[in-house]
Amino acid sequence: MGDIVSLIGKRLGYGLITLLVISVIIFFMVEMLPGDAAEAILQMGATEENLAALREEMGLDRPAIIRYFDWLAGAVVGDFGVSITSGEPVSAIIGERFVNTLFLAAYAAVIAVPFAVILGIVVALLRNTLFDRVANVLTLTSISSPEFFLGYVLILLLAVRTDMFPSLASLSADMSFGELLHRTFLPALTLVLVVTAHMMRMTRAAIINLLSSPYIEMARLKGTPPLKVIVRHALPNAWAPIINVIALNLAYLITGVVLVEVVFVYPGIGQTLVDAVSKQNFPVVQACCLIFAATFILLNLAADVGAILTNPRLRHPK
Amino acid sequence: MSTFVIVYFAFLIGASCLAAYMDRRSVFMPLFSLTLVSFVVGIVGGTSGLWFIAIAAGLLALAAGTSYAFREFLVAILPTNAAKELKTAPLTAAFGLFVMFTYAIAGFFAPWIAPHGETEVIASAFAPADENMLLGADQLGRDMFSRIVYGTRNSVGLALLATSAAFLLGASAGLYAAVRGGWMDQFLGRAADVIMSIPSLIFALLMLAIFGPKIIVIIIAVAIIFSPRVFRLVRSVAGNVVVMDYIEAAKLRGEKRGYLIRKEILPNSTAPLIAEFGLEFCFVFLLVAGLSFLGLGIQPPAADWGSMVRENATLISFGDITPLIPAAAIALLTVAVNFVVDWMLFRSSGLKE
Repeated sequence: MGDIVSLIGKRLGYGLITLLVISVIIFFMVEMLPGDAAEAILQMGATEENLAALREEMGLDRPAIIRYFDWLAGAVVGDFGVSITSGEPVSAIIGERFVNTLFLAAYAAVIAVPFAVILGIVVALLRNTLFDRVANVLTLTSISSPEFFLGYVLILLLAVRTDMFPSLASLSADMSFGELLHRTFLPALTLVLVVTAHMMRMTRAAIINLLSSPYIEMARLKGTPPLKVIVRHALPNAWAPIINVIALNLAYLITGVVLVEVVFVYPGIGQTLVDAVSKQNFPVVQACCLIFAATFILLNLAADVGAILTNPRLRHPK
Repeated sequence: MSTFVIVYFAFLIGASCLAAYMDRRSVFMPLFSLTLVSFVVGIVGGTSGLWFIAIAAGLLALAAGTSYAFREFLVAILPTNAAKELKTAPLTAAFGLFVMFTYAIAGFFAPWIAPHGETEVIASAFAPADENMLLGADQLGRDMFSRIVYGTRNSVGLALLATSAAFLLGASAGLYAAVRGGWMDQFLGRAADVIMSIPSLIFALLMLAIFGPKIIVIIIAVAIIFSPRVFRLVRSVAGNVVVMDYIEAAKLRGEKRGYLIRKEILPNSTAPLIAEFGLEFCFVFLLVAGLSFLGLGIQPPAADWGSMVRENATLISFGDITPLIPAAAIALLTVAVNFVVDWMLFRSSGLKE
């Protein structure tokens, strides 16, 4: 037991270091720019005096290292500084939108995960049949399409032509949960299509890989019924790759969400990030990038930890 | 029962019987499955459902026929060695090659193919299609079809350039790490880990926010984001080659590092590298398309598929599919490259599945 704890602890520490390195990259890449936030705020009205005054007020006259630790300490407790364009605190802009994004990702995940895993297993069992071929072509097409293509096709088919779902996912606070689900169905479905395709292919590959191992062949040869081969022999070893696939694809969801939010004008953090990028609103960009990177790392960590927990061999690294 | 339904089923059943009589199993099975599916769809969806199935099957058959003809054409014109390889290629790979060939033609000869200039305003905004404009006009009144043709050049060209940059960076770092070994190897490996743990789109957005949406920034950003994948592959492939006896022999001969990389390692690791280039291209192409969709890619007035979708998206809410054509063009090329890569991986690994 102690083994597992120290192994997971090591993995967590490693993830934390990665996150730190990324925060350094995010912070100091912005620092490399000529000019600073004070110039960006004052723009044409900048004079030597008011620039200096604003710099002192914002703490920009201190060395970059100290400001970095300041920023990091703030970021840990959710304080990302002040937006350049509106002067609001960044956390106020991002907070609610982040919840919206998490909701959308969770909505998509709840549909996609069981669907994709089951389909992936079915396709793996029926490999090289017509069904498998069709599924292969369909998932490949779905992976190869840009997210916005799928999104607009869905809008065209389900919103414009048939009017079943709203094409824009505008939210308001007093919506009932059912209405919320209805409103956000199309963006969620777009994500589901992309993620399901990835997940199905990965699950299929993992299962096929497993089914070709010698002990499965042994079980077949000794006359075990097919269902029992799967349930008793294959499944216990399949959990590790399946958990891995799920976590990796949830991490993929995090980036896919940016484009989908823009297509459906969904009030989420991805939309905010894109706006901030085009307006060069750096505090917001930094905050969003850090949040996305942290979530991504966290999910990858979850994949590794899940793999360690379900695969005894990984607990005793050579 | 309209004439269409009668002719349709008569044709299908007749063709199936003919195939069965001639003992062509591979023709008979799809034809007869299509007949059965058509029965079901015809009962459920009526004539319109049948039309849909007929058109879909027709398109599929057209694609298959084109790929078959293109494969035979390539086999006929290529030298014997390459032709032998191609003869066994699956139809999907031939289809992929055909699509890539078409895009290449469209890209190279864009000024001759496109009826109008890239930025030439010839009609009112969103003018419908007429005999002058195949697909109508875009939001500024420029010919949509011409812009799609020119877009091949810009979008695919940028993606190719960026992929090559990523490849150059990743492959040279990987080869260097494999040959050099030691702490340099370790350091490059860790750096690759860190870059890979940042979501690619987010990293690209960060770079673009800082340095502005310029083409050179996109290329550098993509090179940094995607080089770790190439690095890892090259590192592992080259790592396997480096321990071979002939490398040892070359080292003992006193060959330099550059010679080792160029003459000994690279020729022995090209097959997986080419396949990786294809895969990498798909990722890069989708990322760049996403960026230009967000308005951060190739800047107007240059034609670019991603931004064309965004600019004309309003048409979609009127039920018009023209804005989807550039997006479909992106998807089609990515699928095509994937098909070819699948075939090459299959060939180089000799795996059955």
